[in-house]
Amino acid sequence: MADTAPPLTREKRSKRRKVDEGAAPANATPPGRAARAQNRLTLRQRLKRDRVMLLLTLPGLLYFVVFHYVPLLGYVVAFQDYQPYLGYMHSAWVGFANFTAAFGEPAFWSATLNTLEIALVQLVFFFPVPIALALLLNSIVSERLRRFVQSVVYLPHFIGWVIIVSIFQQILGGAGLLPDVLGGLGLPRYDMMSDPDAFPWLLTLQVAWKDAGWGTIIILAALLNIDKQQYEAAAIDGAGPRRRLWHVTLPGIAPVLILLLILNLGQILSVGFEQILLQRDAVGPDAGEVLDTYVYYHGIKDNDWGVAAAVGLVKAVIGTALVLGANKFAHRLGHEGVYRGADR
Amino acid sequence: MERPTRLGQFAKGLALVVVVAAVVYPLLGVIGTSFASQSDIIRSTGLVLWPDHPTLDAYRTIFTGGVVTRALFVSIGITLVGTLASLLVTVGMAYGLSRRDVTGSRAILMIALFTMLFNAGIIPNFLLIKGLGLYDTYAALVMPTLVSAFNLVVLRSFFMNLPEELYDAAKVDGAGDFRILVRIVLPLSKAVLAVISLFYAVTYWNAFFNALLYLGDSDKWPLPMVLRTYVLQGQSLNSASAGEVLAPQQAVQMAVLVIAVVPILLVYPFLQRYFTKGVLTGAIKG
Repeated sequence: MADTAPPLTREKRSKRRKVDEGAAPANATPPGRAARAQNRLTLRQRLKRDRVMLLLTLPGLLYFVVFHYVPLLGYVVAFQDYQPYLGYMHSAWVGFANFTAAFGEPAFWSATLNTLEIALVQLVFFFPVPIALALLLNSIVSERLRRFVQSVVYLPHFIGWVIIVSIFQQILGGAGLLPDVLGGLGLPRYDMMSDPDAFPWLLTLQVAWKDAGWGTIIILAALLNIDKQQYEAAAIDGAGPRRRLWHVTLPGIAPVLILLLILNLGQILSVGFEQILLQRDAVGPDAGEVLDTYVYYHGIKDNDWGVAAAVGLVKAVIGTALVLGANKFAHRLGHEGVYRGADR
Repeated sequence: MERPTRLGQFAKGLALVVVVAAVVYPLLGVIGTSFASQSDIIRSTGLVLWPDHPTLDAYRTIFTGGVVTRALFVSIGITLVGTLASLLVTVGMAYGLSRRDVTGSRAILMIALFTMLFNAGIIPNFLLIKGLGLYDTYAALVMPTLVSAFNLVVLRSFFMNLPEELYDAAKVDGAGDFRILVRIVLPLSKAVLAVISLFYAVTYWNAFFNALLYLGDSDKWPLPMVLRTYVLQGQSLNSASAGEVLAPQQAVQMAVLVIAVVPILLVYPFLQRYFTKGVLTGAIKG
């Protein structure tokens, strides 16, 4: 290969800078030997050298572009009076009419409120569950028993929502275990599955069943990283189990908890779509409609494409802003956040 | 350290029993009910844990052809083909991005990772599937979830953590990038590949939402869609087979649930021990 460095044109230089920028801030660290060797090759030579690696990457890249980036263009529908037989090209442009139509609809605000209510109930009542469960698991002395309980509680994570909702139907639904037991005790038969007031609680209960165990994994890892000597020192200083929990354990896992909390806040508009869709009919749209189901029913069921896409776009923009903001905030607190650690 | 109090021990034990029972009872109950006869079901409250008169009628009903059998084949097919395709594409991409000096790899990685932060949404995705002509095809159940950025990160981290000397030695011996992948990297990655296969397989096996959105033709439905219609919405499966001994409706529903859960229960114990590592790589390094 050519050892002499050909003079860089401006174009090549800018391309090179793009590649380097990712690795480290320009002046922070001197380029290593690999980087210097790289600089001697032209882009074409480097592409040739990396052709196998790039070719292997290509199908995946194509997937991400086609199925995650191209659909973003479909949001033009939000600004159109979209007619499927006319397509994007020939449907009439309506400006922000779809947005004003959605915002003028009580159903939209009801869906927004439901979304926030469900998210809030889940945040307050589901978030602590994996933490408590992890502390319980962590306190099991017998290795064997702990392994067993762990494999049991991880399992529901792999069971699909349709199955989980069906199982809950058998236990809490009209002819299920709970009403039968209540009836046997001479109490009114209560069907939680179709009680609109109980809907956020039902959802939270189901999420806890499915994912509380799975959520312990990351907390258990944080617990494992706490220095054992801190416990001994605290015990010598006379701290009982409760004080050790408060002054050693909780501060030890606090960074992970804060990170999880922030990420949860970022996802607040996306409460379980499949889960809710499956049960919306039982409680009716007044309690069961969230932003995602609103988009689904308006767009795909009622062919009200423009308004549905507009609501979807608002949700997506706020959602992405929340995630990005949450991640930034996590960085601010000195944590790695979601994507900064990617190249570790 | 001081001895734990007896009350504390008791409370802890009780909590553990409750947690384990909360997971195990519904699953055993579903399996038990699927074997129950009419008299068992009448006598029981809720689920039948241990049928006194076990019968296979429910399974006979669902396996005599018809909706459930067909859906089962669809789900098995989608799961096998989908998992294999996802694995191939993910391995290729993870390996291609696993070396930092590959031209443009950083930018490509960012393109993939950024999709963890946003989702195009229902309407645009639906229009894309229609536009690509994938509506009402099995491909619509596989293509939209072909690669998970999470799995990609897990696999890439694993590849990057393999000792550098392996690559160097192979290069000295004249092996190309592809040969290194097949001969050296993949054989060393069996455990992580198994876990990622499970993650993908579970996604395809449980695929409900893509089916709901992209399949208009009920003949193509996978198992979760059939579950929704015949178990959740309570439509009867029995009506078609006139003249036969009818299994109780509830037993039939639970039998459908059982065939949906059992494959997961079968592979789960073999893979369970690898979870922690995989999840932590994905969550912390991702």
